[in-house]
Amino acid sequence: MNLQNRAVWARVSALVVLGLVASQCTPSQPASRRAGGGVQSDAAVAAQKTYVAPGDLDEYYMFSSGGHSGQIYVYGIPSMRHLSTIPVFTPYPATGYGFDDDSKKMLGELTWGDAHHPALSETKGDYDGRWLFINEMNGRLARIDLRDFKTKQILGPVPNLHGNHASSFVTPNTEYAMMATRFSRPVPNRVVGIDKYATEYKGIIAGVKIDPKSGKMSLAWQILMPPFDYDLGDAGKLASDGWMFFSAYNSERATGKLEVTASQRDLDYIAAVDWRAAEKAIAEGKGDVIGGVKVLDPKKVPGIVYLMPCGKSPHGVDVSPDGKWIIGSGKLQGVTTAFNFEKIQTAIRNKDFTGDEDGIPVLKYESIKDAEVPVGLGPLHTQFGTDGWAYTSLFVDSAIAKWKLGTWEVVDKAPMSYSIGHLAAAEGDTVSPDGNYLVGLNKLSHGRHLSVGPSQPESSQLLDITEEKMKLLYDAFTEPEPHYAQIIKADKIHPIEVYPKEENKHPLAVWDVKDAGVTRNGKRVVVKMVAVRSTFTPTSFEISAGDEVTVAITNIEQTTDELHGFGLLDYNINLVIDPGETKTVTFTAKKSGVFAYYCTNFCSALHQEMQGYMVVK
Amino acid sequence: MQTFLQRANRFLDEPIGLAARLMLLAAAALLVATYFFPLWNLTMFAPQYPEGLRLDIYSYTLVGGNNGQDVKEINVLNHYIGMQDLVNESFTEFKWMPFVIGALGLLMLRAAAHGTVVALVDVTMLFVYFGGFSLWSFGYKLYRYGHDLSPEAAVQVPPFMPPMFGGQQIANFEVYSYPRAGSYAMAGVAALLLTALAMTWWQARRRVPPVAADRG
Repeated sequence: MNLQNRAVWARVSALVVLGLVASQCTPSQPASRRAGGGVQSDAAVAAQKTYVAPGDLDEYYMFSSGGHSGQIYVYGIPSMRHLSTIPVFTPYPATGYGFDDDSKKMLGELTWGDAHHPALSETKGDYDGRWLFINEMNGRLARIDLRDFKTKQILGPVPNLHGNHASSFVTPNTEYAMMATRFSRPVPNRVVGIDKYATEYKGIIAGVKIDPKSGKMSLAWQILMPPFDYDLGDAGKLASDGWMFFSAYNSERATGKLEVTASQRDLDYIAAVDWRAAEKAIAEGKGDVIGGVKVLDPKKVPGIVYLMPCGKSPHGVDVSPDGKWIIGSGKLQGVTTAFNFEKIQTAIRNKDFTGDEDGIPVLKYESIKDAEVPVGLGPLHTQFGTDGWAYTSLFVDSAIAKWKLGTWEVVDKAPMSYSIGHLAAAEGDTVSPDGNYLVGLNKLSHGRHLSVGPSQPESSQLLDITEEKMKLLYDAFTEPEPHYAQIIKADKIHPIEVYPKEENKHPLAVWDVKDAGVTRNGKRVVVKMVAVRSTFTPTSFEISAGDEVTVAITNIEQTTDELHGFGLLDYNINLVIDPGETKTVTFTAKKSGVFAYYCTNFCSALHQEMQGYMVVK
Repeated sequence: MQTFLQRANRFLDEPIGLAARLMLLAAAALLVATYFFPLWNLTMFAPQYPEGLRLDIYSYTLVGGNNGQDVKEINVLNHYIGMQDLVNESFTEFKWMPFVIGALGLLMLRAAAHGTVVALVDVTMLFVYFGGFSLWSFGYKLYRYGHDLSPEAAVQVPPFMPPMFGGQQIANFEVYSYPRAGSYAMAGVAALLLTALAMTWWQARRRVPPVAADRG
């Protein structure tokens, strides 16, 4: 090779090297990770803020919906420790729920429920720590008594209403809990072709009256609504007390492939319900009885419900602590909309309407809107802190945006891992939020925990919101599926730890082993049993095949944590009886032979000896 | 002028040197690399996708990262904004590109064996044209994907041009688009061909000195 050739080669190779150096390529990580940023706190600070020393107690309870597990999970905050599970809509062998006569009767034929939105009872718009309500998609609403953390009542499935999603939000003095339709259908339910959806199918908004003393729920009234999909709700408070708000997508009244057909309009609605007006109309005898319920038709009874246009396919609707603003989050857009309650009232007074939907006036968007806050992509839900701070979850951006009521400025964003749905701030939907803790309830957790196979837990992330910037403190992994949660100051709840003997009025309760035993009336057999460390009395009983047997077990302990279980083998019977409690189970003795029963809930050093035999002749 | 053309004709009929022939062989060999390596890569990060969704574009197929799952995921996400599916069937390029690359390889081998300057010039020009056309075609494809959005989509976004070279934020996604080994191989082929041509030109200048009239 001559000199000139060599020069050419040198030039070519220099060019290649330059090219390689200058060429850029795809980074291996997204920009946020390369920057090493995120909202991760200093580890030591985060550890100190979340560490609850052994034996110490958490500051807050968090009641997290268990979604289609049908349960409620109770967490302590800030430790994020799972404290207990309250079974609501699903049998739960750990506490014998769904096996004894009472809970079996309460569950009825359904052995699953898709629990969504827990709502703590309120007095003057603040949590009072008495009850917890939670809705379920099969048209049901449950009440849990926070005195003993037990499900006490399941209302429904209620007639007419189908797919109870926009529920169970309570009014400021727990006058009402709400229910609403997500899947409109003919009212009353009958076969009408889906092609007649727009005109023949109906949505329902229902008010469930709550007895102020006992907490007992009863269906008070329903409102016949256009066939939209009612999604979430919130009660007005202070300035807006007396109103309920429900978001509604599918104002297209579409069927089929909803992800397309129900996403065509830029504005859907928030339905504003004057519940005192509904109450009054019912008291005046208005409304038609459909399926055994008084139903108000807005065409015949005007002035009860109005529609506020809200973009686009709104999901969460949340009322600010002072009640002045209603925040509607259109999940298919990049802004959340703040509506001014006063302007809504003015528009109603001035009949500032742009039309109607099945006789329900549609308010003029421009007249009632205060701001479109540019929070980010896919806004879903808003919770509140102190000083007018608002926190909106962003599903698409997988983040929480912090912004200010009134000035509408967005000041901070915290990435969430990953795809946040609801969020819950400490007392963050009351008239006086605490402004210290915020939990993001995320739909995806991949890669953030030891792998547990395809069925992945959801993640709940604890944030510190006391400072200007939100700080991530802790990742907790929660069972499917935390929809919404409520966080209440621990000192507002005063649970009992044993059922006092004097309160036990159960007709089959026996407190003395002398009273225990078998009584027979034809084929009906009643076994009154006493459970106390470490014996069941009687230690055995005899019955005949075909008998209908009721075993009533009283745990006569009055000591904290002395639970006894009653597992009857081969008969699918499993009870857990708390101290001072009487539970019954009724069954037909179909199989003959000898069957052991034993204590399932470890009670004492002689727990293994706590056993007996049922002899079926 | 006539003398220039005569001289050009003489030059085109000249045989090419050994070094140029070897470069042609190397170029043909390098073309084979485009079969094994992707030409381009698109990577998309989002908060929910910290590992990124990756799409490698070969001359004859699309290959999604994570055993092909990424391209399915990208299509699932794109359907919300009404973008057409990224599937092999919509890329006519995948049919003609391997054929053209093969044909160009054969022409390079022919030039290496036959050994005249005209063959070298032809294959170089064809290759440069092919490279340029492919780049335009790729860019146009990206443009169409970003602009032919279904008016019925659940999420309406303004039409956009996805990045061809570099990074860009599109909604919640950081999108990166860069050439990969296959394209570098193509660039190498072009460099080899142009070098071979330059070298041949130099050598020919020395062997075929221009006549005086030509200088005037």
